[in-house]
Amino acid sequence: MIDIIKNRLKQGYRTSKFPDEDPGLPERFRGRPVIRPELCSAGCTACVDACPTLAIGKQGDGSQSDGKQGPLALDLGRCLFCNECTAACPEGAVAFTKDHRLAASRRDDLIVTSDEAKLAESLGDEMRRLFGRSLKLRQVSAGGCSACEAELTALGNVVFDLGRFGIQFVASPRHADGLVITGPVTRNMSEALRIAYEAVPPPRLVLAVGACGISGGPFIGSEDHLGDAAAVVPVDLFIPGCPPHPVTILDGLLRLLGRLKRG
Amino acid sequence: MSPTSRFASIRNGESLDFSKIPVVPIEDFRSAVLKMAAANHRLCALLCSGKDGRPPGSLLAVLADDTGGKLYLAASQPVAGYPSLTPDLTQAHLFEREIYEGSGVLPEGHPWLKPVRRVSADKVAFFQEQGAEVHEVAVGPIHAGIIEPGHFRFQCHGETVHHLEIQLGYQHRGAERLLREGPDRRSLAVAEAICGDTAIGHAWAHCAVREALAGATLSLRAEALRAVVLEVERLANHIGDLGAISNDIGYLPATAYFGRMRGDFLNMLMTVSGNRYGKSMLKLGGVAFDLPAEMRSSMIETIKRSVRHLAEVGDMFFGEPSVISRLEDTGTVSRKICDDLGLVGVCARATGADRDVRQDHPFGLYRFRHIPVIKLDSGDVFARAMVRFLEAQRSLEFLSALIANLSEGSAASPCGAPAANHLAVSLVEGWRGEVCHVAKTGRDGKYEWYKVVDPSFHNWMALAMALRGGEISDFPLCNKSFNLSYAGHDL
Ligand code: SF4
Repeated sequence: MIDIIKNRLKQGYRTSKFPDEDPGLPERFRGRPVIRPELCSAGCTACVDACPTLAIGKQGDGSQSDGKQGPLALDLGRCLFCNECTAACPEGAVAFTKDHRLAASRRDDLIVTSDEAKLAESLGDEMRRLFGRSLKLRQVSAGGCSACEAELTALGNVVFDLGRFGIQFVASPRHADGLVITGPVTRNMSEALRIAYEAVPPPRLVLAVGACGISGGPFIGSEDHLGDAAAVVPVDLFIPGCPPHPVTILDGLLRLLGRLKRG
Repeated sequence: MSPTSRFASIRNGESLDFSKIPVVPIEDFRSAVLKMAAANHRLCALLCSGKDGRPPGSLLAVLADDTGGKLYLAASQPVAGYPSLTPDLTQAHLFEREIYEGSGVLPEGHPWLKPVRRVSADKVAFFQEQGAEVHEVAVGPIHAGIIEPGHFRFQCHGETVHHLEIQLGYQHRGAERLLREGPDRRSLAVAEAICGDTAIGHAWAHCAVREALAGATLSLRAEALRAVVLEVERLANHIGDLGAISNDIGYLPATAYFGRMRGDFLNMLMTVSGNRYGKSMLKLGGVAFDLPAEMRSSMIETIKRSVRHLAEVGDMFFGEPSVISRLEDTGTVSRKICDDLGLVGVCARATGADRDVRQDHPFGLYRFRHIPVIKLDSGDVFARAMVRFLEAQRSLEFLSALIANLSEGSAASPCGAPAANHLAVSLVEGWRGEVCHVAKTGRDGKYEWYKVVDPSFHNWMALAMALRGGEISDFPLCNKSFNLSYAGHDL
């Protein structure tokens, strides 16, 4: 027992000061990308050709085609933050910043064309009254590779300590206010996911976490999955990344609950 | 005639002209594989060229000689069916189910020819025990925690488990098929997402087959940097698993501290590669990010601190008699089962098997720098936890020596196009165990076959065996002590 107490004293206090302070991410962390259209030369498709998921295109509207004409657009929902485009671009027209804020309320808000960010919006008053101070979530992995799942688990550790915000992952969908879905929704999980969704009493929330859950990610186009979480259930919050950093997830959750000021 | 004469041999990470691989009638193939297995060669992979459920197809076996450091390859002439290997060679059981599911080539007489990944379309009955007091417990595919899906079907008598059948496949995303469409610009991203906690292990195995096919060579620095991140990945996972095991037995201080330390290593990967799982760290020909001097010194500081913290928390955890009594004799797997099933990695070493790709088939930097193999022989949850703890310590020692003496050179060298009609095999000791990738190119240099064997593929059956005769309430703890990958198995 005495050893346990000694060890406890040595461990100290480890919980992160986020969101009151900057999360202090390292230099090489790749958060929100910015696009400088003025630097992009017409006819160059270096980034488009390098991207593993066709996340970046010159269609201007971010429609996932291999667009070669028009203004540059990057779809955060498909992006793996792999850096191939930045490495390929001779002009520096695409760059990743350390900004961890990536979550959005609408799929279209994930299309980046400049340095502007369309951040997640807060729920309406009634939903906020219900969930604002106590939100119970059920996680369903439907083809996630375990990286997104691991970051969701990490939210519960002493550093991120999700519980201090009144947010908790629960074992049964019947005890939950919403689902957190990871993975491209494999055919083999689609039925179980639907059943889990039906089991959550309405009003309910759905969060799609990670590139796979938003767009299929690296598995885009495979016939063994349905493509994304929104193909099966309506999604209220999209949290991009491969996987998203825990503070990116936390930021999205707190914005959804209206607990972060704008910016 | 010695059994090896029917095989071509290569070393880990090499490629060869496919025409050098002997193609023999199926009877000869079968008997040669059995003879090799009887002479202690391990089945790393068994695959079939047939696709889309349309036989015929030819079989290809990759067998490892762990003491001689060689890999043996042989192929059969195309067949639509053949006498199953499984009744004589248990190691083949899941490979043959996979072959039947993928190619339609029938392993006749296979004792349990159920689908591996086609779960919803094709619901097959579970093995069922009959008897007045026997009952069945079904769990999954969705489980209580934040965890991947899979179905567990227990046949119990009271608390005692007589049989556990594990039905996976829910995570099947088509990873192998997407890889087979390559090599293309997404191949590496798919490899990294086969199993997210082993992003580096799978990325390395993928790059190594691709580099072998292109005949590319890496600088010593690139090899060293790959080894650095592979060991950091091992540390994050081994320490995380110790935390998960302490959580399952309700020893929460250790859960919190191990959990926090796991984060230190994920953060180390993020400092180096920008991603907590090291995704995008590897690239063909080397690594995408170098280690500048300041980063090296801060890593050495973190490692020094971790050596101390790991010892303190480990001593606290393993020094607690109630912890030991909970872990000992729970979920035991014997050495015989290990060899019958061809287990790999931590699970194998916990039964006393001296089996580690870093030692037996050294790749990359491990050809020059050795890391001691840890083995224990009790085969229980305790052994699996202790092997992790000791291996984490060895990894820390290895890392501090390696980072302090990084050789100069470029972090990446060019990697050309893959040679046509070649086959390459790469084994990497990921934190769970042997990650195996096999690729064969066709005439156009594109892949014709791409096979991925995650260590979990060999090891899931061991979890079922560990439960036999145990109590069903031990399942969560046993499961954590294996911590196998669903996505890595389901592909
Ligand atoms: S960082 Fe995103 S947009 Fe750029 S190449 Fe990678 S996946 Fe494509």
